[in-house]
Amino acid sequence: MLNKYPAWKNILILIVVILGFLYSLPNLYPDDPALQISHELTELSEGDMPVITSALEAAEVYFFGEEIETESIRIRLNNLDDQLRAKTAIEDALGESYIVALNLAPTTPSWLQAIGAGKMNLGLDLQGGVHFLMEVDMDAAIIRRMEDNLSNVRTILREQRIRSRGLNLISNSHLEVRFANAEDRSQARSELVTIFPELQMQNRETEGVFILDMRMLPATALQIQTDTLQANRTTLLNRVDTLGVSEPTVQQQGSDRIVVELPGMQDPAQAIRILQRIATLEIHLESELGASSLSYETYDYEGIPVNVDNNVVLQGDRISNAVYQLDQNSQPSVVLSLDAQGGNQMNRATRDNVGRRMDILLIETKSRTITSINEDGEEIENIEFYEEKELIMHATIQQALGRQFSITGLTPREASDLAPLIRSGSLAAPMTIVEQSVIGPSMGQENLDQGLLGVQVAAGLVVLFMLFYYRTFGMAANAALIMNILMIVAVMSSIIPATLTLPGIVGIVLTVGMAVDANVLIFTRIREELSEGAPAQKAIDAGYNRAFTTIIDANLTTFLVAAVLYTIGTGPVRGFAITLMIGIITSMFTAIVGTRAIVNLIYGGKSGKTLSIGSYRMKAKQDDLNIAVGSK
Amino acid sequence: MLLTEKQIDFMGVRKIAGVGSIILVIVSILSLAFNSLEFGLDFTSGTSVRLSYSEAVVVVDVNQTLRENGYEDAVVVTFGSDRDIRVLLPVDETVAVGDQAAQAVIVGESIAEMLQSSSGSEITLLGSDYVSAKVGGELVESGGIGMLVALAIIMVYIAMRFQFKFSVGAVVALAHDLIITLGIFSLFRIEFNLNTLAALLAIIGYSLNDTIVVSDRIRENFRRLRKGTPLEMVNISLNQTLSRTLITSLTTLLVLFSILFIGGESTQGFAVALIIGVVIGTYSSIYIASNVILYMNVTREDLMLPVKEGAELDDIP
Repeated sequence: MLNKYPAWKNILILIVVILGFLYSLPNLYPDDPALQISHELTELSEGDMPVITSALEAAEVYFFGEEIETESIRIRLNNLDDQLRAKTAIEDALGESYIVALNLAPTTPSWLQAIGAGKMNLGLDLQGGVHFLMEVDMDAAIIRRMEDNLSNVRTILREQRIRSRGLNLISNSHLEVRFANAEDRSQARSELVTIFPELQMQNRETEGVFILDMRMLPATALQIQTDTLQANRTTLLNRVDTLGVSEPTVQQQGSDRIVVELPGMQDPAQAIRILQRIATLEIHLESELGASSLSYETYDYEGIPVNVDNNVVLQGDRISNAVYQLDQNSQPSVVLSLDAQGGNQMNRATRDNVGRRMDILLIETKSRTITSINEDGEEIENIEFYEEKELIMHATIQQALGRQFSITGLTPREASDLAPLIRSGSLAAPMTIVEQSVIGPSMGQENLDQGLLGVQVAAGLVVLFMLFYYRTFGMAANAALIMNILMIVAVMSSIIPATLTLPGIVGIVLTVGMAVDANVLIFTRIREELSEGAPAQKAIDAGYNRAFTTIIDANLTTFLVAAVLYTIGTGPVRGFAITLMIGIITSMFTAIVGTRAIVNLIYGGKSGKTLSIGSYRMKAKQDDLNIAVGSK
Repeated sequence: MLLTEKQIDFMGVRKIAGVGSIILVIVSILSLAFNSLEFGLDFTSGTSVRLSYSEAVVVVDVNQTLRENGYEDAVVVTFGSDRDIRVLLPVDETVAVGDQAAQAVIVGESIAEMLQSSSGSEITLLGSDYVSAKVGGELVESGGIGMLVALAIIMVYIAMRFQFKFSVGAVVALAHDLIITLGIFSLFRIEFNLNTLAALLAIIGYSLNDTIVVSDRIRENFRRLRKGTPLEMVNISLNQTLSRTLITSLTTLLVLFSILFIGGESTQGFAVALIIGVVIGTYSSIYIASNVILYMNVTREDLMLPVKEGAELDDIP
């Protein structure tokens, strides 16, 4: 019983410790508050610096470490207060088309950055900011697609000169077309089936009417949901960018929700205004003169009433992009790009309508609560959405249009306003904020300080106790404990980009308390062996061996619980689960392998009889069964 | 040390402990049924505004100011210290759902201003939360499902690694801990929020840890000692693991009390839930899990079978 680890094992442990130390090091370098200045269209250069410098000098804000990057300029400030004052000063000096974003600039030495060592992300609860949970109205997305299909079917039937007796939506995923006879229907069906692979077709007859049912396939509905969520996420990302927040999070949660987190955001009202401007677009034609008053609605366009045909030529979600550009004559224009089907639809609608006006409606969706009584007589609340429409473009069609076309005849101001409006208008479905939390920066700092102090005091108490109770072995356990905390921090900083939240800190603290459990198990076993008269070296070996299974079983089950928490939970539960999982893995390594290495270094290969593991009582040799046990 | 020399007849009082636990569980269930839980904002809905005063707050005055200014339904609670308060407001149904979030922000700011001018104390707006009526209910559901899934997985794992009777013992012990902890929350009207939910799930982990260690010893002793009744086996195992059980509970409690006193108000609920859980979990790993195993007539034969499977794990790394 030599209790010696081979050299490679000791070296391996040493390497792990050094790595743990290196990769947790960046957390000791606090970030500088910084500002990132960029422009919507052009790139910034050295030439923009004097304006910034003089603005800051006028505002008496000290700054340093300016960096001119490819597209933007970054300056560092002394504190958060200066950061805000500098932001206002620069915004005033540069004007609206510049984006001044609050940012944090790392102060980590470059050699640490070079080995990929980063800093732990702090959750909103630790640095302050705004958290939103937004719900996407999926029904709206699906019904909009069906309305789009409906108007397409109508156009195709007209073009093919197939007479129908009307068509309309039955539910949000079901439309019916009525025919006078079976021939018309079968002709229509054979035309439509190739054009609408996403719809399931079925014949039906009632009271002498021949009906073609067209239903959306479940797979299509699912696809629309996925696309819609993705589109909404992208739109939110774009909008969040205009808020100028460093490291915002825009993340999908479940099948119809999006989490938006804006660290350091000071003005939640502003965030809500921008995020919640839910808008979609519809492209229509202007109503023809003398059309039935039922077929159009009248909108106001720059003071002139315009009759807009009810038929939707194109839904906004077919628009893939809208950019502000100067055309070949240096006139401002907005260039629209459509997806493939959108291009076909546009072409069909415009080739016979050159010279007519085309209208774009911006539809803002708002919501209100509706209280109703359910079957059990309980009051239930539902969210109801309603729409407000506005005519934002009224232009003459000059030629048949395809997948890309431009809107001209605009003033520069109009064009630069219209492009982002259309871009965000192509947002696939309306959203509501269903959860919101604002954490003031002082509260975040307080949470962080108190949380860290809690960890320090807790670790200190545990360290003292272990030292007092297990002496030299306690020291080994303490070394392992510190190693463990370093490793958790290192893993969370550099390997898994986890976000440290308050529950996460508690998770670490709890790991501290529970990590020593493995050592307690081992040390009580060693004491037991010693009290049964085993020689020191054998006691150490047997203690580690016999405690091993127990430790594995106990940790594995806890790990399973943490994994379930992580999968099912959200927010704080997840933050807690992730640190617990990391802590369990690292603590098994440090508590079993780490302490063994230290114990081996101290006691291994020596013939000494006594171990410094606290007091234990030698047990008189006796048969196990002679132990007095109360038996009933 | 004291703890290892003396043989305590734990199982001698197993009937009393069993009856005591059953009473506690029944009381808890009754309290949960009639008293329910004091659900926090995470689980219900509404707006919560956190404010920090420069001096001690007189809650009655705050309440009065709020009533006078049209916030009749506001509930004021202190949290952490006597300087910090939270004002809870129900969802304002006259406001469109889409605008409620924005409304919450405005309400927070106006309440802060209003209280500042009426009290003369310096007030900092620490933050505000808004949860819509829709989200709140879902959390209870997903939390409950999470707990059930966790319990099921644990049952399967223990049945594989140990034996079915042990998994029943462990799960009964866990359910016991969870119900009593929830019961205490309900009886003493302690707020139950997302942090508490996380704590509850952590209690599963902790209590399980304890139970596994004891079960592991029982299994080992059944295999190692040739003679002795199951009751004696359990008693020997409990005595052998007692010192470890107490020391681990002690270190964990040391940690939890430092969070409770130092960690700040945001983590207090968490610490309280875990402290209750650790105490009950320690008790249940001694009295409940082992009791159930004995009650199910555990025999030596039950544990002979999985020797082969366990063999690989019995080796050291």
